[in-house]
Amino acid sequence: MQRIGVFVCHCGTNIAGTVDVKAVAEALKNEPGVVFSTDYQYMCSQSGQNMIKEAVAEHRLTGIVVCSCSPRMHEATFRKTAQAAGLNPYMVEIANIREQCSWVHKDMPIGTEKAVILAKAAVAKVNLNAPLTPGESPVTKRALVIGGGIAGIQTALDIADAGFPVDIVETKPTIGGKMAQLDKTFPTLDCAACILTPKMVDVAQNEKIRIFSYSEVTDVKGFVGNFDVTIKRKARYVKEDVCTGCGLCTEKCPQKNVPNEFNLGMDNRRAIYIPFAQAVPKVATIDPNYCTMLKTGKCGVCSKVCTAGAIDYSAKDEYIEERYGAIVAATGFNPISMEKFDEFAYSQSKDVITSLELERLMNAAGPTGGTLLRPSDGEHPHTIVFVQCVGSRCAACEQKGKEYCSKICCMYTAKHAMLIRDKYPDTDVYVFYIDVRTPGKNFDEFYRRAVEEYGVHYIKGMVGKVSPEGGKLKVQASDLIYGKQLHIDADLVVLAAAIEPDKSARGLATMLTASMDTNDFFTEAHPKLRPVESPTAGVFLSGTCQGPKDIPETVAQAGAAASKVIGLLAKDKLLGNPCVAHSDEMMCNGCSTCEKVCPYGAITYQDKEFRMPDRTTKVRRIAVVNEAVCQGCGACTVACMSGAMDLRGFSSKQIMAEVDAICK
Amino acid sequence: MQNKKSENLKEQVLRMSGVNPSKCMRCGKCSGTCPSYDEMEYHPHQFVYMVENGDIETLMKSDSVYKCLSCFACVDRCPRGVEPAKLVEALRLCVIRQKGKNHMTADDIPAVLDDEMPQQALVSAMRKYSK
Repeated sequence: MQRIGVFVCHCGTNIAGTVDVKAVAEALKNEPGVVFSTDYQYMCSQSGQNMIKEAVAEHRLTGIVVCSCSPRMHEATFRKTAQAAGLNPYMVEIANIREQCSWVHKDMPIGTEKAVILAKAAVAKVNLNAPLTPGESPVTKRALVIGGGIAGIQTALDIADAGFPVDIVETKPTIGGKMAQLDKTFPTLDCAACILTPKMVDVAQNEKIRIFSYSEVTDVKGFVGNFDVTIKRKARYVKEDVCTGCGLCTEKCPQKNVPNEFNLGMDNRRAIYIPFAQAVPKVATIDPNYCTMLKTGKCGVCSKVCTAGAIDYSAKDEYIEERYGAIVAATGFNPISMEKFDEFAYSQSKDVITSLELERLMNAAGPTGGTLLRPSDGEHPHTIVFVQCVGSRCAACEQKGKEYCSKICCMYTAKHAMLIRDKYPDTDVYVFYIDVRTPGKNFDEFYRRAVEEYGVHYIKGMVGKVSPEGGKLKVQASDLIYGKQLHIDADLVVLAAAIEPDKSARGLATMLTASMDTNDFFTEAHPKLRPVESPTAGVFLSGTCQGPKDIPETVAQAGAAASKVIGLLAKDKLLGNPCVAHSDEMMCNGCSTCEKVCPYGAITYQDKEFRMPDRTTKVRRIAVVNEAVCQGCGACTVACMSGAMDLRGFSSKQIMAEVDAICK
Repeated sequence: MQNKKSENLKEQVLRMSGVNPSKCMRCGKCSGTCPSYDEMEYHPHQFVYMVENGDIETLMKSDSVYKCLSCFACVDRCPRGVEPAKLVEALRLCVIRQKGKNHMTADDIPAVLDDEMPQQALVSAMRKYSK
């Protein structure tokens, strides 16, 4: 029989406000096995934990039940307390009387009754608990960063700086991501390329970092410390180690009419291309959808002009397998499609553009060489209308927009408006806003400068309709402060499109078994206290794949993710979870059902000799669990028809005892 | 504080329209969209705000409820799904349901028919039932 101590926490008024904690402690006193029961204001505090330690010594406790918040919050805390008091940490059970009780009930008697029931269930379980010892697994001291934007770059540099090897997998032919497409950056207006490209070069030159550009992760197996990852290296038809990046092929290629995705389709590139001058790796790539040689077998110009002999039309996709200790998701964002926003005439007029397109139109390396010209006729625009929140904060239709605030638009629009007024003072710039949201260091000052020093017209209201008419864009909008409907003849309309996570994120999350929210942003392990970790051990989050962020925040989070990775890779061994499945070999009938349901591939079968009662030996096929791989999900215990499979710490007996205690 | 009568009226308008005005984030896209804006004393975003504040009688007395073309552009474009035109329609019904408070009688109609402007009720019916 166990000697169990019950500790009921008030959690200030969080629990005590709806649950009569003293009554709970009193009701538990007479449960079988309970020798001590008490309540305290904050069980997780130093004095609360000391109280547990003292009670263990005084009452010779062998098991502990803490009635408090969710085990996700403080189970680890109380397990450590038990260990310090000389108990096995797995002799602690938490009855969640906060999230599952006081926070969901308003009525004290009901809340109290439920708290007592939950506590009784926990006591029933502890009565059957046995000490458990976690196994150890080694840590592969190499990290994988998925995505080569500023988030991935910063994470990789920081991890490499600590001495661990890092691989970056980037789906595009070059690293750099969205930041490489930007012109200037707020609030200091330094040029994005000037601050990003040195980092890209650092990555390329760092001995610890390997770049797998034009590559994708196609499979992830394993667990924290030992992920086995398959990376698809898409055929780029140019030998990466031979190409010198001279760019001659990109000038001679006769296929000139390929929309240039780096400039968002606003100009054309060749079928063999280097995305931009500072690309890393600076290697040409052949676009198989447009290359005449690959499509018809007739051309071969690039191969003829290449003095290095780097062209290889017979290249095939390659798959490589690597093992990593930690994985960082840094898959980034994209602006949403403007197709559903017909009221802004995006698909009807070339002069209605998104903010990212404007970045390219203002960039010295963009399609217009940095001169702001209307895409339709190449004229200087004299009246420009900016529309904020296009698709952001849009709860009306899921297909159309996003319910969240995209966070970066207010600041980049102020930046655009300011830069245009600075360079072209004869231009009238109108910004239609719902709210101007500028929290951040020097952010509001920046926005005010756009208004006060640069004379940008900020109008509280929204554009309802844009109609192209006679070379102009007729903008109909409301001015809510003036109380007027405005009609503006604009030359250029710029839409601050909402941002959404990259489409590859969902498939990746499935591979990583990492959770996502309804918007396909990766979920963090704790929204406040563990913001750069995924709930899946060994998977970390960097940049906008976790939520909308500007560059300073992305870099900060990238560094934080790197420090978490370093903390993991610095360990030689990881303590596993002892709550894993095990098979009773005397009961196992070798049916293979458990092997089929195991999502982690932790179960194998072996033939073993058994001595039979008649002194003969017989070879039987039995299941064996690899405890380092098992994650304790319990699927096999349910599937096992002979009842041989059971989960340590959550045995069928223990769970039935809990159910019985609840139903009593 | 709203008095009892205006509270009842507000409840009636909300029930009839099925609109929840507290979803409004005051962006003004409805008023930016509205083709009848200049005809109205109270504009679409003001309808939403005034109904939320229970100021129903002022709206019922205003000609603005008849200036709405029921084109439903505001319903289509509102980013929060507030559907201001449904509020306007509910307000029109509020007026009609008061005995003897019809905006006009059948005899008055020929005099106000406009060759260029399709009749409101016809337009509204077509918009509503074509989906």
